[in-house]
Order: sequence, then structure tokens, then C-alpha cells
Amino acid sequence: MRSATLLARALALVIAGAPALLSAQAPAVKPATDTAGPPPGPGALSVPNADPFPSTYRPRQTAPTVIRNVNIFTGAGPLIRGGSVLLRDGKIAAVGPTVDAPADAVVIDGAGRYVTPGLIDTHSHLGVYPAPGTPAHSDGNEATAPVTAQVWAEHSVWPQDPDFPRDLMGGVTTLQVLPGSANLIGGRSVVLKVVPSTSVQGMKFPGAKYGLKMACGENPKRVYASRGPSTRMGNVAGYRAAWIQAEQYRRRWDKYLADPKGDPPARDLGLETLAEVLRGNILVHNHCYQADEMMQMIDIAHEFGYTIRSFHHGVEAYKIAGTLAKEGISASLWSDWGGFKMEALDGIRANLAIVHAAGARAIVHSDDPSGSQRLNQEAAKALAAGRAAGIALRDEDAITWITKNPAWALGLDDRIGTLETGKNADLVLWSGNPLSVYSRADKVWIDGAVYFDRADPTQRWRTDFELGYVPSNDGRIR
Amino acid sequence: MRPKFRAALAALFFAAPTLASAQAASRVIAITGGTVHPVSGPVIEHGTVLIRDGKIAEVGAQVVVPAGAQVIDATGKVVTPGLINSNTTLGLSEAGSPQFSGGYNDTRANGTRGVAASFRAWEGLNPASTFIAPARQGGVTTALVAPSGGVIAGQAALINLTGDRIDDMVVRRANGQAAVAMLAAFNPGAADASSRGELLGRLRELIRDAQVYRATRAAYDRNASRTLAAPRADLEALQAVVDSTLPLLIAVDRASDIRAVLDLKRRDKLPVRLMLLGASEGWQVAGEIAAAKVPVFVGAMNNIPVSFDALGSRQENAALLRAAGAPVVLVSNGPGDGENYNVQNIKQEAGNAVAYGLPWSEALRAVTLAPAEAFGVADRVGSLRPGRDADVVIWSGDPFEFGTRAETVLIRGVVQTGDSRQDELTRRYAPKANR
Repeated sequence: MRSATLLARALALVIAGAPALLSAQAPAVKPATDTAGPPPGPGALSVPNADPFPSTYRPRQTAPTVIRNVNIFTGAGPLIRGGSVLLRDGKIAAVGPTVDAPADAVVIDGAGRYVTPGLIDTHSHLGVYPAPGTPAHSDGNEATAPVTAQVWAEHSVWPQDPDFPRDLMGGVTTLQVLPGSANLIGGRSVVLKVVPSTSVQGMKFPGAKYGLKMACGENPKRVYASRGPSTRMGNVAGYRAAWIQAEQYRRRWDKYLADPKGDPPARDLGLETLAEVLRGNILVHNHCYQADEMMQMIDIAHEFGYTIRSFHHGVEAYKIAGTLAKEGISASLWSDWGGFKMEALDGIRANLAIVHAAGARAIVHSDDPSGSQRLNQEAAKALAAGRAAGIALRDEDAITWITKNPAWALGLDDRIGTLETGKNADLVLWSGNPLSVYSRADKVWIDGAVYFDRADPTQRWRTDFELGYVPSNDGRIR
Repeated sequence: MRPKFRAALAALFFAAPTLASAQAASRVIAITGGTVHPVSGPVIEHGTVLIRDGKIAEVGAQVVVPAGAQVIDATGKVVTPGLINSNTTLGLSEAGSPQFSGGYNDTRANGTRGVAASFRAWEGLNPASTFIAPARQGGVTTALVAPSGGVIAGQAALINLTGDRIDDMVVRRANGQAAVAMLAAFNPGAADASSRGELLGRLRELIRDAQVYRATRAAYDRNASRTLAAPRADLEALQAVVDSTLPLLIAVDRASDIRAVLDLKRRDKLPVRLMLLGASEGWQVAGEIAAAKVPVFVGAMNNIPVSFDALGSRQENAALLRAAGAPVVLVSNGPGDGENYNVQNIKQEAGNAVAYGLPWSEALRAVTLAPAEAFGVADRVGSLRPGRDADVVIWSGDPFEFGTRAETVLIRGVVQTGDSRQDELTRRYAPKANR
């Protein structure tokens, strides 16, 4: 009885639990009768899509806004020159050569300027490795065991990281914060909106799926050289052992949840996260440089019945571009990083372009707070390198690398990543073509509300840390 | 796009060896019709750059092209001096950690209590580094090869990004000197000091002991000298610093630390020529830096308070320093490895500096003539002026824009050819249909 009550409470907290499970269990639930103390939380139960740290982010109420006479990179089609975008109730209400705007709409003249969807970074460590860099705030790698699926990046995020407002100034509206790559399985990522908040919950993208960070190659074998794994074959044995346990765990819990009789199985945070991957509720983001290792990770995913949503870094993705396309795996890549370690030696600047040309989803990611502020510049470099290699590419293709494709990698392509009617009104107004080195983000909207306006330094978001430490952005000298 | 690429490939495969050998230094080359930025003078539309014996011979709109000259048509293109990246580890490091990856890292000397003045970093340079070709293809013709680590990291030299012998690559000053700067860092920990005050004391002692050594060499040789602050080799190397022929390029970020460094000269009267590297909070003391006529080497993409010494980092730094009158040199500070693998991204720094207020012509100067002047080699590199080495780049457009390509790169009058390792990998894997 107690367990059934626990389960009912747990299910009530689930945002998007399996509907079949809900309907099957609902009639069996009865009110608790032993109410001697405070009711137990759902913490003992391992249920799908549990949300114990729910987002408290709420869109700001805003007036309708129309940006007119502006060049629009929609992320979904050809550039619209001199078009208009209407934002209403936090959504894209209309976009095209002309739009009908209500009389009370705020009108912004975009003459000579460009808009894009808000940029999306699939690979960030903002908040978990914040600035200033100090051991006191170095919270991105739980490098105490090769498999730490039990940790969640959000529990390390410091919302006062001054990198957040700088990312916003670079046009980034959504980012995935990942654990580091010390471990074979590093833990859960979290998807954040780049907004001010005193808590990470206030930044969490409502309804976004979690990601699982996995890492191949040099980092895990280097970090665990003395205790193992110390080789790449040790790495692979480590992943497989974890998935074998996870599958057992998933079966045990799914059976119990379908027919909750007797004591529930023991809950294990790490196996719970992995079981959620096997159920398709958490997306795998796999740090992997070399083509040969990516091919092996694909086979491991086949062996255990999960899918890899995105390979990260993938400096050799160009060598297996066709496979990535066939498998439906996106590639989160740098435009021009390489050479800094053995597994990065074969980095080439045409990497994104070759992956794109093969029909796979190419993504510019940063893994770096400076690069994250300049995803548009990174995309421009990758575009130029692709063209130099003789690959026919449009400017619009490069825009998808920082908007539409990363939205897909985060499972949010139904909400963000393109300027299409009904999508969230996350967008950036650029001073010029965002693929030019001279262009800067003039204005950034999130869910239809202005979060950054270069013309208004007094409203500039400054984190608590910056007060009294960092001279304000309006140029005053202290 | 495609035919052009194929032509380029053909040139690489078939023409490269003959082209290189045919380009004896005595050959006369005329680059005609381009928009020429000499940097040392005003922009010339439809200008001609005449190169003879590997040197710039004439630059102007009315230059007569001699019969028999090799003519490179640059109509519609932009012609500049080759770019200089003034803070790199090019050729000193590759493939990451030597212990783990087996690559090499020759950027640091052990030194003595953080002092390695006698360390000539470029002597360990690997001319075969695979990072050199991409930098050159990106329009960088000269790079400072700089050591790091310790309070006195060692000596840096400028190299041309061509050739396979270090001695040939080094860009020497008129007096034949290879070193163009002594690298230092305002870093108490590196100086075996526990505080800023102790570091400053050590720096003063070091400089004064270098002077003492000079005055008492004979006694030193008889073992009749008191103990000095550094070993003999380092005291010898510091002689060029204390006679102000070799500038001391100090990495320093905090505004008050910059003042402390400036005070070494303006208050303590140490006989050194100062230059500042990094200078994240330089804009806060821009007037003082300008008044001291101290060249300042800054990035244009750092706006993150990465440490408590760099809380005031902002992208307008270069523009504000230049506006105050300080000589500004741009160095790599953006994402990625702009000091080694991505040396060519100095263009991106320049473009960003412009986006944040530095006039375009000043940005070009900050990656050409300004560093040449700071390092005392403006008679060799950094401008398109008669008598200078013919380090010239012909760009398809604005050099700082991402879509622009360095179509032709000349170093000392020789058109540079040859693939990078990346080119070979790209050719192997790029879709066949596109080639």
C-alpha cells in the first residue's frame, strides 16, 4: 500500500510520463490512510521522466513586436530580404516578405540589419566551470570514478557566472551545459535559457529532455590510468558493463511500475539515468574525436538499443560523414580546433562542410566560453573552409549549424531553432550579416521579451559577481 | 568555385616545384591593379607593388613595370604586407602533452628561481611543424616565437613562415641580433615569490644585479663578486635588457599591476624598455601607458573576467588604448589555439577589434607595422615600402573577413606554395563530386 501511494505521488510530479503507465495505474491509487507524519516524497521510486528540480522559468509578458525591413535568416529556408517578423505572446506569429501587425505592436526598423533564430550551443560548461576560473568553482568533472551517471550538471551550475550575460550578448539564447569528459559516463546535462536567475531552476528550459554525457578516448584513459580504464579497450568494456547493469535495472523497474506490488526495487541514481536513456527519455551526447571510436560507439548503441543524438568534438567526423547521415547522428563540431592532442591531430577546417554535404546534421559547438559568444563567427569560418574545399554551400546552410541543427540535437526542434510560425520567439537582431566579422548582436529576444539591447547599457544584465568587481559595460572607469 | 579549385590543385601538383625553383630571388615581380595598403603610407587604388631581388622596389599608382617582369594581376583584390602574429609558440609545440601524446613542447626553460633569461626559445624551433603551412596560407608571413613560464621566460625571435633552417627563418635586426624581446610575466608564483611586493623586489634586484655584473665582470670572473640574483648566463643575457636594446615584454593584466610595472622605469629609473602583453585592464590606465610610450600587445576577443587579475577585460581595450595614443599590437586571445594551431586567426582578432571601435587602418597596422616597430625590425617587415622584405599578401577581399582568402602569399619575394597536412586530409575525404 505504501509503495502504491508513493508511486501515485511520484506520478503526479511527472511532467510527461508514459501515458499508458498513468492510465493503467490511476484506478489502483487510493488516498493514504496512515498520515501520522509528513507524507514521504517520491524519492524512493525510480520513475520515468521524473522532474525533482522543476524549471521555475516563466516567459515575461510582452507587447507584440514587429521587426520590419530586415533580412531574415529563418534557419528553415532561403534568406528573406527586407522582410518582417511578428512576435506575439512569446511566439513567432508571422514571418515573411510582409506581415500583418497589430496597431499596438512595437515596431523596430531593421534596415540594413539581419535577424536569425536565437543561437544554440550544444556544448557548454558555463556555470560548472565559471569565470573567474578557480578550484573553488571547478565543478564540471566528478572525476572520482569512470562511470558517474548519477551526477547532474545542474547541481554544479553557478547562475552568477559572468559568462552567461556575455553569451547572451553573442546572441546565444539556449545552451546545453554538460559535465566534463573525464569519465566514460559523466552524468546528466541540463538545457538552460540564457536568462538571469538566482537559481538554476530559473534558467532551465521547461520540458527539455536531459542529455547524458559520454566520453571516448584519451581523457578517461588518462584520468583513470592508475585504477582503470587505462586503455581504449578498457573504456569500451566500461561502457558495456554500465549498459548491461542499466538494462537489468530498467527491466526490474518497468516491471514494478507496471504492477507495483510489494517493496519497490532499490533506487540507484546512476542506473536510473542510464535506464532513461534506454527508454528514449534522455539523449546521448558523446564526446568522441576519432572516426574509429565513433564507429565503435555506434555499435555499442546498437548492442544496447539506444541512439546517439550527437557526437561532440568529432574532429574526424568528416571521415564517417556518410555513416552519421545514415544513422541520424548529428555532429557537434569546432570550426577550426585541432592538433592539441593525439586524438585531435586530424582536425580539418572543412569538417563541418563535409559532414553537411553528406546529409548529416552539422553543428557548431563551442566547449569554450569565448567561442560560445561567437558561434556565428565560428560558423562563418567553417563555411569559408568548406567553400575553399570546393563544397557548394549557401550562407543559409551555415546558419542552420548554429540554429536548426543544434535545436534538433537537444530535442527542441519543435520549439526553437527556426523562425517559423508557432516557434518560440527567440531571435537575434544583428547589426549586419552575422557571417561578417564586423557584425554584432544589437538585440536579443527570448520568448518574445528583450533580454539584451546594445543600445541600452543601463539595462545590461550584470551578474551578482560582477557588482563591484567588474567595471560596468557602459564603459565607466572605476 | 569548382574550376578555380581544380586549377589551384593543378598548380599545387604540377607547377609547385618548378614555380619555386624558377623564383630565384633576382626575379622581378609586379603585383598590379590591386588596392594596395602599404601601411606606412596612404592606400593606393590600382596600385603596383614592384619586387626586385626579394625586396620591395617600388610602390605606387604610376610604377612602370619593367619588361620581363612576372606580373601578378591583383585587379579587384587587396594587397597588404604579410601579417605578423606577435605572440605564438609556432614550431615550439605540437600534438599536446609530450608525456601523453608524444609530441614536443619546447616553450619553457627550467631556469633558476623563475629566471631563464638565457633561454633562446627559437633555437628549439621545428621548421617542419605542420602548423606553419596553415598560418602562412592564412596570410601570416611572420610570427613571434615566444617562450613562456617563469618570471623571465626567455628570449623571443621573429621568424618568417618559410624555409627549413632556423637561421634562415629568423628576421634579424639591422645589427644582426636575432632576439627581439625578452619575455617576462607579472606572476609572483612563477618568480618563486609569495606576493606582488616580493615579485617587484625580485625584479628590481635582478635588473640591478645585471648592472652590477656588467660593472664588475672582472671581479665576477675572479670569483670575487658577491652573490648575484641570477646565474652568469642569465646575467649576460640581461645585458641587452639593461642597455635598453632588448625590450622587456611583460605579461600583466591588472590595472594596478600595470602601474607597478610602469613604475619600474618611471619611478625606479630602471634602464629597461618596457612593453606590455595581455594588459586586460590596460584601458583603465590607457593614458599612463600612452604617456610612457609603451607598446601594448592585446587581444580583441577577451571580455571574460577569467581571473581576479583580469576582471576588467573588455573588447574595446585595443580601441581605447589606441585612442589614448598608446602603440597597439594585436595578439591572439580568442577561442581556440590562436598561438599555435590557429596562428592565422590573428585576422579574426583584427576584425573583432574593428567591430569594437578600432579604426580599420589601425587594426591593419596593429598586425603589421606596429609590431615591426615594437620589435625594431620595421626596416625589414610590416610595410610595403621600398627596401623592405617583399612579404606581401594578395587577398580576395577585406583581409579580416571570414570569406576572404589569401590568394597569393609572398615571403621575401617568393610566392609560397605547397600543401598543408590538412589539405592532404581534406583532399582524401572531401566529397569526390565536389572536386
